[in-house]
Parts: sequence; structure tokens; C-alpha cells
Amino acid sequence: MRKDIDIRKFLANNIVPIIFIVLCAVCIPLAGYSGQYLVSQIITRIMRNSFLVLSLLIPIMAGMGLNFGMTLGAMAGQIGIIFITAWNVVGIPGLLLAAIIATPIAALLGWFCGKMLNMAKGREMITSYMISFFMNGVYQLVVLYGMGPVIPLHSDQVILPRGYGVRNTIDLISVRQSVDNFWALTIGGVKIPLLTIILIALLCVVIIWFRKTKLGQDMRAVGQDMEVAREAGIKVERTRILAIVISTIFAAYGMILYLSNMGTLNTYNSHSQIGMFSIAALLVGGASVSRASIKNVFLGIILFHLMFILAPQAGRELMGQAQIGEFFRVFISYGVITLSLVLYEIRERREKAESAKAIAAQQKEAKA
Amino acid sequence: MSEMTKPLLEMQSVSKEYNGNPVLKDVNFTLKEGEVLGLVGENGAGKSTLMNILFGMDVIQQTGGYGGKVLIDGKEVKFASPLDALNAGIGMVHQEFSLLPGFTAAENILLNREPENRSVLSLVFGPRANTIDRKTLQKKAIDAITKLGVSLDSDMLVSEMPVGHKQFTEISREISKSSIRLLVLDEPTAVLSEKEAEMLLKAIRNLSAQGIAVIFITHRLQEILDVCNKVIVMRDGRIISELEAEKTSIPEMAKLMVGREVSASASSKREEKKLSDDIVLSVKNLWVDMPGETVKDVNLEVHKGEFLGIGGLAGQGKIGIPNGIMGLYPSGGKVVLNGKEIPLGDTRACLDSSIAFVSEDRRGVGLLLDESLEWNIAFPAMQIQNKFLKKYLGGLIKWRDQGAIKAVTDKYIKQLQIKCTSSKQKAKELSGGNQQKICLAKAFALEPKLLFVSEPTRGIDVGAKALVLQALKEYNSKLGVTIVMISSELEELRQCCDRIAIVTDGAISGILPASRPSEDFGMLMVGKSKKEAN
Repeated sequence: MRKDIDIRKFLANNIVPIIFIVLCAVCIPLAGYSGQYLVSQIITRIMRNSFLVLSLLIPIMAGMGLNFGMTLGAMAGQIGIIFITAWNVVGIPGLLLAAIIATPIAALLGWFCGKMLNMAKGREMITSYMISFFMNGVYQLVVLYGMGPVIPLHSDQVILPRGYGVRNTIDLISVRQSVDNFWALTIGGVKIPLLTIILIALLCVVIIWFRKTKLGQDMRAVGQDMEVAREAGIKVERTRILAIVISTIFAAYGMILYLSNMGTLNTYNSHSQIGMFSIAALLVGGASVSRASIKNVFLGIILFHLMFILAPQAGRELMGQAQIGEFFRVFISYGVITLSLVLYEIRERREKAESAKAIAAQQKEAKA
Repeated sequence: MSEMTKPLLEMQSVSKEYNGNPVLKDVNFTLKEGEVLGLVGENGAGKSTLMNILFGMDVIQQTGGYGGKVLIDGKEVKFASPLDALNAGIGMVHQEFSLLPGFTAAENILLNREPENRSVLSLVFGPRANTIDRKTLQKKAIDAITKLGVSLDSDMLVSEMPVGHKQFTEISREISKSSIRLLVLDEPTAVLSEKEAEMLLKAIRNLSAQGIAVIFITHRLQEILDVCNKVIVMRDGRIISELEAEKTSIPEMAKLMVGREVSASASSKREEKKLSDDIVLSVKNLWVDMPGETVKDVNLEVHKGEFLGIGGLAGQGKIGIPNGIMGLYPSGGKVVLNGKEIPLGDTRACLDSSIAFVSEDRRGVGLLLDESLEWNIAFPAMQIQNKFLKKYLGGLIKWRDQGAIKAVTDKYIKQLQIKCTSSKQKAKELSGGNQQKICLAKAFALEPKLLFVSEPTRGIDVGAKALVLQALKEYNSKLGVTIVMISSELEELRQCCDRIAIVTDGAISGILPASRPSEDFGMLMVGKSKKEAN
């Protein structure tokens, strides 16, 4: 009887990853890809995305939900990348310079975002979502009109022929896969980029260490109950702003790694897509608005991107049209976010009801 | 006082008023090191205000400060914020827990005072990059728990603790502050089981032996006798008397607490009405999970045409009863209305079976603040009983019947003497008393068979109070509607009701005819039946 309940609870708590595992299991034979291809694809995706997804963990710890504002960090990373491409700084030094340029921009944007979110406590997610739309406008203004006349960039590779504004797509040939290829092994036809793995592992260690710091402890406290934390003398607002700043800076670094892996920059689209996909991946890994771990990050990336790889091919095999699969995966990433948000609320309510039932049971015991 | 030891705390003619209403008048007392002072009084007697002054709570400054002096070690202090009070060595454990559910006891005890390991990284990122020294944290927490002398697992998550352990965690936190000299406990035993309460009392004695003074606010008078050195009884903002705990008794304290000489007029006003044998409502084993007003096990029978009062001290669960029956909070048990069982947690079913409820939360639950009086009064009747609607096309289209709505609104405005510019005025523009009358009118418009009224006179002035009570009384006597009124004010219940049930600790501790002297009810409130007390 007890076991029965445990299984049901397990299912209820992990419904999103389970749906994805089932979907992937159905799609793998349909798509008909070889195992080797899938493994190498997944490793590429993990390398590409995990830094970005990891950047979401800290705001969740601070009780601020999913940081849709990570888009701001992605913008900062892109600006760094645009500069180094224009200046033609190549390879790993180029990426380092991009990170150095991106850091202050990301910090500033994060601080602004954090300030805003402090004014909208309890509605952080929708607010950060809207801020990312709004800042997208500012970004476009800077990139489309500012770069060239105001910010002196004169590179045919980056600037449009008319003399100002950045091209729609930039080829990042000079930094392409420079981290991945720096030190890589090939095992059974699958490339293992060791330096990237070390970087990602390092960030995981940083996050684990961060949880043990005073600041990390404060964030957990603020995340659980702002009023209690405030009464204990923790500077709630400052702590929350720091959470967003750190997340935004990590997102900027993540975006730089992502772009160098991709090899092309889609100046006006990359950042807005990446926020949505990273959040969807994290949720697919079984995270919720209030709880997320490193385990969720990697499981999520594997499942979500496996779906990404499989869906178009499965669509083609099934319907004769890759477009169907493409449609399907976009539909799914939004669907997952919605489902997770709704499930979170339902779970909260159920827990409340259960605590009420526990009180009743206690009463009965006390009487008996 | 001029001798060797100055008192730790002294209050000299402290007074306080809110908007010209005096709530504290000339309060004087002293407290020595290691002394345990019991503070008792009915709700609204001024205990909380007194403690707010002691703690420099914001609400005191915002409402114009206080009069008189507070001295610590013989020196006058004026705390600008609770932080100052903490620095002076005063700790307080509030009735509501201030704990983080996902943290362990140890983490909560040393919240924001965690011992830290210095690390190289903190040179770059500042002291907040120090890691937390878990071992020392454990040790310090266990020290505090040992000092308190209770058994508490420092590794247990607060969310998994029984209430008593939460309370101990909270107290341990105050004690872990090295400077602590005076601890204020605001009804610490209200949520505890008997055994836990005993442990707490023992802990208080431990603290007192270590030289920490304790102010102990409680409604359980036996506990006062058990641990306190002296007792202060407050009523209507004054200290009525200061007693040696050893020399007093529960009946004496209860009498002083409830106070007012039993006015002959109040009891003779109502001739004893013979109760009908028909039982309208019977409640069995009701529990309600309403935060701050938990109902544990209520059994109650309401007779037809009766005016039943439900009284009791705040936080004991009296307000939870109607809220639970009406399905506003999670609840369970069995409720039978006129022989038919009502499903709990289904507000609509309650309303459909002609129960109406006037909530204590006027502005939140009771009114549509931005709408007109007409809407407020007619809305529930329209929703639930399809009243005030004109039907067209065989009921396919229903339009509001403005004429009927206006008529009924005007009727109640006149009947209840609601002060307003017109029936179109917005509800939020009315005063508290008039808003309360709108709530009543709203319930009356439903023409219920059974009416729950919760705290109808809370926060309204004396004149309006009398009118509201009068309206209820008439509604009961003229139309024969059964009314259950919940109120914190015993006198008000004694004026209106036939019988009064007193709720203590989430259960009915007794039901007496309203004509009984108020001491009897006082005894029930502090959890003693008449027999036990004698």
C-alpha cells in the first residue's frame, strides 16, 4: 500500500521528464539515427548549452523563479562577440576578451533587472520576461544604429555595407570551436572536447561551492521567506539583486561559449531563442520554479535536445515532412514551460491540503 | 531601587494612544534579573501594545510614539527599531513562527549569524564569499538547545517538525544570542500539546535560573502559577493589579481579567427564551485548517430560532468554525443541516441550503469595494437565488432588475440606518460601521434560515456597534432566523445571545446560558471548567 503511494508520488513529481523519456523512446526508432550519431550530437548540445542552463540555478535558489532575464546576459555576450569579431581577435584570447567586454555590460543589465524585480516581488517571472522584451528593443537600437557611427566599429565582416548597423548574421570563423578543439579526444568516432568539459565542470563546482557560502545561505533564506530573512537582518533586496547579477554574468559567458560552438551569430534572434530553450531544458530535467539542481540541468539538456534532434527526422519519416517535426518541437518547448508552471501550482495546493489532512489525523490519534 | 541591584527593566507611567483612543494608561512595573513575570489580560487589554513599545516596533513611532519612560538598568532607553532592542539584550518569541521551513533547526537558530570559514576567494568577492562553518554552527546550536534544556534534533528540517519543536527552535534562536537578558514569550504554549508545554515551562525555569528574565504572556493561568514570580493583570489598557504568583489563584486572576462588575442590567435584559427542541444545525468532529485559528474538534448543536454566541480568546479557533463550515478553508468532520448532511468545502452547497455568512474579513471577503451599494447588497442573492432578475425568452436571457435592486437596497439603508449619499455610492467610501451594515444587509437579502455572523463589531465605533447588534437581535426575534454569532467581546455576546459556547484550544470547552456571570465564561476561556477550578 505504502509502496503504491510512493510510486504514484514519484510519477506525479517527475511527470515532465517521464513524458520526455517516453517521447524520445518512441521517436528514436522512428527517426532511425545511428547510436553513434546521437551520442556525438548530444555531447555537442551539452557542451553548447549547459553553461547557459546552469546560469538559471542561482535565481531559483533565491526564490526568484526562472530567470527569463537571462536573455540580457545573452545580449551582453553577443556584444562581446561582435566586438572581437570586428577587431579580429582570434581563438581563445578572442573569447576571453569577449568575456571581459561582456562582464560589465551583463553586470549592469543584471543590476537593472534585479532592481526592477525587487519592485515586482512575487511576479518575478513575468516581469523578467517583459524586461527581456523591452531590453531587446534597446539592444536592437544599439546594434542596428549605434554600432558604426556612435560606437566606432569598422569591419566589413560585421557592419552592413551602408556604414552602420550590424549584419543579420555574422560568421564567427575566427573563434569557431576554438575551445572545443583546443584539447579534444576522439573515442569511437565521437569527439570529446576536454577543455569545454573542464570549464563546465568548473562552473558546477563553483555552484556547489556557492551554495555553501554565506551569500548562498542568505539566498536560500531569502528564497524561502523574505520577511523572516529580513527580520534576521539579511539584506533581502541586495541579495536578490546579486542573484540576478551573477546569473546574468554567467549567462553572458554561456552565450559566448554557445556562439563559439555554433560558429555563427544570428545578431537579432540568437538571444531571444536561447532564453526560452534554456528554461525549457531545465524544466524538462524535472526542475520546478522553486527547486532545481545540477542533475536537472544535465538530464534536461539531454532529453530536450534529444527531442530536438529526433523530432524533425521522425516527422519526416512519419508524415513525409520535416516541417511537422519542427512545428512539434516548438510546440513542445512552450508546452513544457506551461505544464511545469501549472503543475507547480497544483503541487503547492496539494501539499497544503495534505498538511490539513495530517492535522486531522493527528487529532484522531490524540483522541484515540 | 537605590540599593545594590537596579532592576533590569522598569516602565514608568507608560501610555499610548492611537488616533486619540487611549490604549495604554499609566503602566508601571519593574522586572529584576532572572525574574519571571506573567502578563495576562483579555484581547485588546493592551498587552501587545506594551510589548510593541518595549521593542521599538515601527507601528509605535508611526502612530506618534508613546508617553512615559522605559528604563533598562536604570537608564532611559528609546528604541527606534527592534534591532536596537535586540542589541540591548531583549529577545522576543512571537506567536507566529518566524522560521524558514526548508532549513534545519540549527540553521534557523543561527540565521544570519552563521560562523564562517575564511577563504581566499573572500579577499576578491568580500566576506559574503566565506563558506559557512557547519561544524561550529552545529555546536553553537546544540549549546543553545542545551541551555534551554529541551530535546530538539538540530538536524531536523523545520517543515518536518511538530509545532512544539518549532517553538523550541524559535526560543533557542533568541537564547543563542550572547547578549540576551530579557526574553518575551507571547503565548508560547497556545499551540503546544500538554507535554510540550510542560517541557517549555521547565525551560523557562532553566532560563530564569541562569539569570535571564522572562515576560510570559499566556491565557493559561495554571502555567502562570507554575512558573511565574509575579503576575500583572491588564484590562482596558491599565494594570489592574500586580500579584505575587504564590499568593494568588486562578479564580482570582480570571475575575480580575474579565473584570467588569457583573452589571445587573445586562443579564436581566433578556428573559430566558425557551429553546426549541428542533435542531437546525449539528456539527460533529469539525476540524478546520485556518491559519492562526485552527479548529481541532468541535461538536455543537444549534437549536431552531436560537441566537447562539461563540466566544473565546483570539487564536483559539472560534473564527475557524464558520469559515470551515462555509468551505473557505480546508476542513473535515460532519455537518448536518435540518437532517441533511452538507458537503464540507463546498461553499455553494452551503449557500444553496440557506446558510449565510457575514465574514470577519469585511474588506476582503465581505464587500466588492469598488462597486455600488446596490451591487453589494443584491449580488449574492442574484448569483445564488436568481433574485432580482427579469427573465426574457423563457429564461434564456436574464437581465438585472434595477428597480427591484434599488428598492431592496433602499429598504435596508433605511432599516439599518446606513449613512450614505445614495444607493449608488461605492462601498469603499463608507465608514467601517456602515460597511458592516452593508455586509449584514447582503446576508439578509439572501433570506437565510441560518446566519453566521463573525466578529460583526470588530473595528467599529460604539454607536454603530449598538445598531448592528440591535439589527441582529431583531432579525432573530422577529423573523425567527437562527443566528450564530462569533465575537471576541464577551459582553456583546451576553447582551444578544441565548446561549454562549466558549472555544478553547480548537474545541468547545463549554456552553452556558448567557445569563450566567461573566466569571464563569472567563474560567471556560482559560480552559478550566467550573468544577476543576474549585
